[in-house]
Amino acid sequence: MSEYFFLLITTALVNNVVMVKFLGLCPFMGVSKRIDSALGMGLATTFVIVLAASVCWNIEHWLLAPLGLGYLRLLTFILVIAAVVQFTEMVVHKMAPSLYQMLGIYLPLIATNCAVLGLALINIQEKHSFVTTVIYDFGSALGFTLAMVMFAGMRERLSLARVPAVFTGAPIAFVLASLMSLAFMGFSGLNFK
Amino acid sequence: MGLIEKFLHNLKAPHWGVHPDDHKRPAADAPIRVLPLPARLYVPLQQHVGQAARPIVLVGQKVLKGQLIGEPQGRISAPVHAPTSGTITAIGDITAPHASGLPFDAITITSDGLDQAIEVDVPADPFALSPTEITNLIAAAGIVGLGGATFPASVKMALGKRSEITTLIVNGGECEPYLSCDDRVMRDHAADVVDGVRLMMYGMGAKEALVGIEDNKPEAIAAMRKAASHFPKVKIRPVPARYPMGSDRQLIQTLTGKEVPSDCRAADVGVIVNNVNTAYCVHRALRFGEPLIRRIVTINGGAVWQPGNLMVPIGTLAADLFEFVGLKSEPARLVMGGPMMGTVISHANIPVVKGTSGFLALSEEEIPHSEAGPCIRCGNCTSVCPIGLLPLEMAARVRAGDLDGASTMGLSDCISCGCCSYICPSHIPLVQYFSHAKGDLWAQERSKLKMEAAKKLAVDRAARLEREAKEKAEAAARRKAERDAAKAAEAAAKAAAAATESTATTTETVS
Amino acid sequence: MLAAVTSLTALGAILGCGLGVAARKFAVEGDPLADEIEAMMPGSNCGQCGMAGCSAVAKAIAEGSATVTICPPGGKALATALAAKLGISVDLGDVVDSGPQIAQVKEEICIGCCRCMKACPTDAVVGAAKQIHNVIREACTGCGSCVERCPTEAITLRPVPVTLQHWVWPKPEIEAEA
Repeated sequence: MSEYFFLLITTALVNNVVMVKFLGLCPFMGVSKRIDSALGMGLATTFVIVLAASVCWNIEHWLLAPLGLGYLRLLTFILVIAAVVQFTEMVVHKMAPSLYQMLGIYLPLIATNCAVLGLALINIQEKHSFVTTVIYDFGSALGFTLAMVMFAGMRERLSLARVPAVFTGAPIAFVLASLMSLAFMGFSGLNFK
Repeated sequence: MGLIEKFLHNLKAPHWGVHPDDHKRPAADAPIRVLPLPARLYVPLQQHVGQAARPIVLVGQKVLKGQLIGEPQGRISAPVHAPTSGTITAIGDITAPHASGLPFDAITITSDGLDQAIEVDVPADPFALSPTEITNLIAAAGIVGLGGATFPASVKMALGKRSEITTLIVNGGECEPYLSCDDRVMRDHAADVVDGVRLMMYGMGAKEALVGIEDNKPEAIAAMRKAASHFPKVKIRPVPARYPMGSDRQLIQTLTGKEVPSDCRAADVGVIVNNVNTAYCVHRALRFGEPLIRRIVTINGGAVWQPGNLMVPIGTLAADLFEFVGLKSEPARLVMGGPMMGTVISHANIPVVKGTSGFLALSEEEIPHSEAGPCIRCGNCTSVCPIGLLPLEMAARVRAGDLDGASTMGLSDCISCGCCSYICPSHIPLVQYFSHAKGDLWAQERSKLKMEAAKKLAVDRAARLEREAKEKAEAAARRKAERDAAKAAEAAAKAAAAATESTATTTETVS
Repeated sequence: MLAAVTSLTALGAILGCGLGVAARKFAVEGDPLADEIEAMMPGSNCGQCGMAGCSAVAKAIAEGSATVTICPPGGKALATALAAKLGISVDLGDVVDSGPQIAQVKEEICIGCCRCMKACPTDAVVGAAKQIHNVIREACTGCGSCVERCPTEAITLRPVPVTLQHWVWPKPEIEAEA
């Protein structure tokens, strides 16, 4: 049991998908101006990652591997991810119209979020079991949401600060992201043994 | 003062506020002088919070001192009286004693020099009247809060009636530097002030009155103690001298230990605060029938020859006051009120209103000359804020245009005391940010209300048009029906006539 | 080969059917966002934005084909509220906020034709035939519908005069850059 707990911590903090693995940087920079939209994005992506990765694991395990169709993996996974994103878009549009408007183009762009495909592929590469897959993806998605919300919070503070003119907007955001990444590196010192 | 005493003193002192040089003396030590009657008085119609008074005199009309010239309109308003006898020569614009320098309506009275008062009946013993009658008399005398907020005193008392008032707090704090009109009224008219306090207590049914006086006014404390010695219900309470002690919430907390919640009035904790000068005016109104037509005004500042306090009719121009006391040099800055919360005025042709506590003519050395710098996040503003707000964070939000963010940090609780701007080592005009933001929020609120009202009007109009169209259609249908009915009746009548005729013919034929 | 084609086709079919069912189930009737926006609009259907009524504008804003600054009577306040609702940032410096305006009748030229009265969406014009008309300040939204109707050009839009009650402290000049 504690193994799963450590897996959660490791994926969320030590090997944070954004800050350490540098996956999913597009929404990280794009939808992090406000905390509420960042949180919405994080939750939508969490939903997509967990659902897509578990479907992909099953397809790999029951369909592609037995039939020896490993070369179709990328194609199938993208197909699944695109469908899941479509589904998510419908749900968000119905349940939270203003969040739908707020996320704008970034909502369908979850399909091209490399964190989603990346995690699905890592699961296969690392030969995870199904339960491990779910926890691994959930932890990673949690880490993604955490990074998004923290970064959005800092950017909200940043909008009040007097930033030199050359640095306003994206440049200072990149500086901030690199500092945050450095801070996350600190987690690699965690030792559970 | 020994070190331990000093420590204990500090321990007792409030943890908020600032302590600027008070500059009160020597002006506070000179007895009140009476200003010779000016030739013209400009009596504004809006000298109080709420709706402006409505003028009830005509140009050319002769008025007597104390005659009603503007009657209140609306629920929160106050009447205006003629400060002297003379002729109304104009009703029109004069520069308002306001930071904007915009004009407002005033009645100009040219004095006839006689200062003839209108005859009034004075109650023999005001304590024989009912509390409601006392409130009505105070309302009729046009008495408003003379501390500067100018809230109509009678409305305040009426508001207090809704909640149980146990304590009347009389504000003799006068924490603003330079000003000494409250100090002076307590020294020169202590017995009258105490009488006014007792009348107000009776009017609002309070059980006790606490007179808070800052401990930098020992003479006023002594005079008031002496005057109040026969009245155990009127208690004189020295309070530590600290700006803004004269703010009602701070004074209430210091004297009673009760904190007024942010969305409540003082009356909700059973307290009503009134200024000592208001108490003096209540005494004049109820014992002598004199409405609020004159007040004590402090004239002070480095450029003034003979600083002091003057008894001045309402409507006198600041220029007349400065002429009377004499100016040493061209003042570098004119201020109405105190230096902390007062208003910088661009010229001296501004009338004394009910809420004017003083005019300052500051010399070059007395005004700060410093450019605003960036915030260094020292946090001094947060430690002096009497409300416990975070001025630096609020100002950052206002600067970025995030008014909602500033509101959630408690912008509406800011009392604009100016402690933060005073203490700021970078000289950031923090309080101006808050004044701007509060004004902007108000404007937004107003436009929202207007939009809602417009929406309602549009809906009502649509309903009306529909109803009219329906009525028109119904009327047309009715007319048509009537026409048809008439036609039918006509036809029937014709037919009947024809029938009778034919019957007649038949009968004839038969016969 | 056959296995690959079959499995991919099957997968595509299954996912397609799933999405079809979901689309049926989560169908959005109307545009809830447009309704929310419409509730925020002034609702006087004045047509100053160039569209047919407030609900059309609300729909356009929800679709993103109109900017949040489109409504002149709503002014800055509405633009800010809409921007917050939609989570977009808007440069209010660009809003031609001439400030709130109201209509004013020039009494010398008014002939009392009652045309403006009928055009006013909020019944802000009062008057009768052959009598000088007047505008009720509190009810006028400054939409300008009456201006075009007036045959004698007696109605003009004027900025609401700043009075003591409406004056707002100016924002301090930004401090010297560090």
